[in-house]
Amino acid sequence: MTTETFTGAEMVVKALSALKVKYIFGYPGGSVLDLYDAIFQQNEIEHILVRHEQAATHMADGYTRATGEVGVVLATSGPGATNCVTGIATAYMDSIPMVVLAGQVPTTLIGNDAFQETDIVGCTRPIIKHSFNCRNLEDIPNVIAKAFYIASTGRPGPVVVELPKDLLIPQNKAPFSIETNVKMRSYNPNIKGHPKQIRKAVKTISEAKKLVVYSGGGIVLADASELLTKLVETLKAPITNTLMGLGGISGTHENFIGMLGMHGSLEANKTMANADVILALGARFDDRVTNNVEKFCPNATIIHVDIDPTSISKTINAHVPVVGLVDIVMQQLLDELSNINYSPDEEALKDWWQQIHIWRDMRKVGYKQIEGEKIKPQRVVEAMYKITKGEAYVASDVGQHQMFAAQYYPFAKPRQWINSGGAGTMGFGLPAAMGAKLAFPDKHVICITGDGSIQMNIQELSTCMQYNLPVVIITLNNRSLGMVRQWQDMVYDGRHASSYMESLPDFIKVAEAYGHIGIKIDTLDELDSKLEQAFNIKNKLVFVDVLVDEKEHVYPMHIRQGAVDDMWVEKGVKA
Amino acid sequence: MRHILAILLENEPGALSRIVGLFSQRAYNIESLTVAPTNDNSLSRITIATYGDDKVLEQIVKQVNKLVDVIKISELTDRKHVERELLLLKVAAMNDKSRTEVKRICDIFRGSIVDIGKQIYTVELTGSSDKLNAFIEALSNETEIIESARSGCVGIARGEKALRV
Repeated sequence: MTTETFTGAEMVVKALSALKVKYIFGYPGGSVLDLYDAIFQQNEIEHILVRHEQAATHMADGYTRATGEVGVVLATSGPGATNCVTGIATAYMDSIPMVVLAGQVPTTLIGNDAFQETDIVGCTRPIIKHSFNCRNLEDIPNVIAKAFYIASTGRPGPVVVELPKDLLIPQNKAPFSIETNVKMRSYNPNIKGHPKQIRKAVKTISEAKKLVVYSGGGIVLADASELLTKLVETLKAPITNTLMGLGGISGTHENFIGMLGMHGSLEANKTMANADVILALGARFDDRVTNNVEKFCPNATIIHVDIDPTSISKTINAHVPVVGLVDIVMQQLLDELSNINYSPDEEALKDWWQQIHIWRDMRKVGYKQIEGEKIKPQRVVEAMYKITKGEAYVASDVGQHQMFAAQYYPFAKPRQWINSGGAGTMGFGLPAAMGAKLAFPDKHVICITGDGSIQMNIQELSTCMQYNLPVVIITLNNRSLGMVRQWQDMVYDGRHASSYMESLPDFIKVAEAYGHIGIKIDTLDELDSKLEQAFNIKNKLVFVDVLVDEKEHVYPMHIRQGAVDDMWVEKGVKA
Repeated sequence: MRHILAILLENEPGALSRIVGLFSQRAYNIESLTVAPTNDNSLSRITIATYGDDKVLEQIVKQVNKLVDVIKISELTDRKHVERELLLLKVAAMNDKSRTEVKRICDIFRGSIVDIGKQIYTVELTGSSDKLNAFIEALSNETEIIESARSGCVGIARGEKALRV
């Protein structure tokens, strides 16, 4: 009996199929034509053709953030692969599992500066969790299985697999075998929290008078929001979320005190600054959270739970470090709390919450919308929330609109909020929304964006047409790069260097040119009705261009180099 | 403070570049770095001498450990250990006086002369990096140093403790 043999291209497809991949996001080119030919000849995996490889990475990323499944990207060698770099960095910064299959020139030409040759493994080394240079045909299935395993376990992240053309061509064949139950001696992601540390954490919690729970993207990645809610309700403590952690607990939960950090709520930052114990869950004390680390929460004992030991005590020293998967550790904490018959100190809690309510009341009205004047961007987000009943998937670009969405759209569930928090990648929003829409065609999927960000991947309107992805694009159009402009107003005496967008296109016509529907909103009285109209169109993409007040700033905002609770609450007014 | 780190990692293409890349990406110092396969050919051992305070060292150890290729990392300088570096030097030996001095210093440091030319001696010395520094200084007081090649340090813990899979 002869063993059946396969080409490398067929092996890639078979391996992806074995790993239950449904979609590949990509763009063809010379080095990967054999792979495209193999994809063409099967029906299990659908290939989504984008218009730029960067969008393929963001679309895979958005798909992953919405579903939790590993996103797969395919690009050709050279420029195809380098176009993925921004998307890989974006996924890396936010710990998103992704496998990028990059073509490469034949092994015989590697190092010769061949046509469309780039050392993509070298280019991406600082922004990946791991990478593979595939050099043997027989290795392909297990390399891909390992790539998925590494991408999706521990602290997730992107993995690049380089596939030289001569491994994919029809002339070379080998038997196919794959081990999907991957074991590696050099990689054993730590899973359970150390029992001693769990006991120490619970002891610290039980002695706290002013406890705050600070949770981040780890909760979303681990799908641990139910456990988190249970833990918070057990502790009866206030909880704040990072930008990445929004939806980790319902934004309307009574213990939720808002997002913290640079544009977080005053009460969240005040609560952090005055807490005696901070329970950090799947968050990494990013500089956009801490402000000046020297002044960060000097009186707090910090319990830091994270799967990645390098995140612990990197910027802020943790008094009780716990390395482990956040869902497992939270369960351990709950078990230990019940072991010691924990009940919160009601008297201390009463005082603590009273204080928090005082801070909440200090909050100024976030914005002032006056009838007959320009539309305030925050008002648009509120309208969007009302119409979608808070149930939409909201993919954001980067800038003021991102912060307004984070502040004014309380997310009920994790994975609803899709944004580039770590890397801050403009151009992320539209393709990410497309990925979410592909996964959930029956849900409202919004791309909230600005006139700057949308133009960084606007070509994907074409992909939306091809695959019928009717997302609702809401552009808060202020004719400027709003966040840049805000900083220039605050730090550079109002000198608006290159933050003014001259010669903006007519977005309505752009949308129509791609075959979509465009709706322009420029007065407040038509805002609600026209937005409603946009959301009622189910089977076509609607591009809503809302002209908003270009002078509006995002508040609250950290005072630079201050403590976590040193904030501007409105123009020229400190908390 | 100076630290010596011993790293056991998969002998895979690109593994070394990940380590080097990590150090440059995160602005950690490398004083010296040596790498070679171990008795088990599937494993490489890297020895890195680095500088940094405790906080930086903690991050270096964690970050290196996080690399998928890395199996184990151990700091040698926080316990008893043996540390060696190899030095090859070409020094000017133009006249009797300098030749005698070079020979004498070599004897004192238990180095050896491994090659001679018309006006050049090539000398070899093994020892701790400190000893090598002292040797170079002693020689440079007597003659001109023409070329210097150092291996970077390698080390191993004393006693029962071993870095192995």
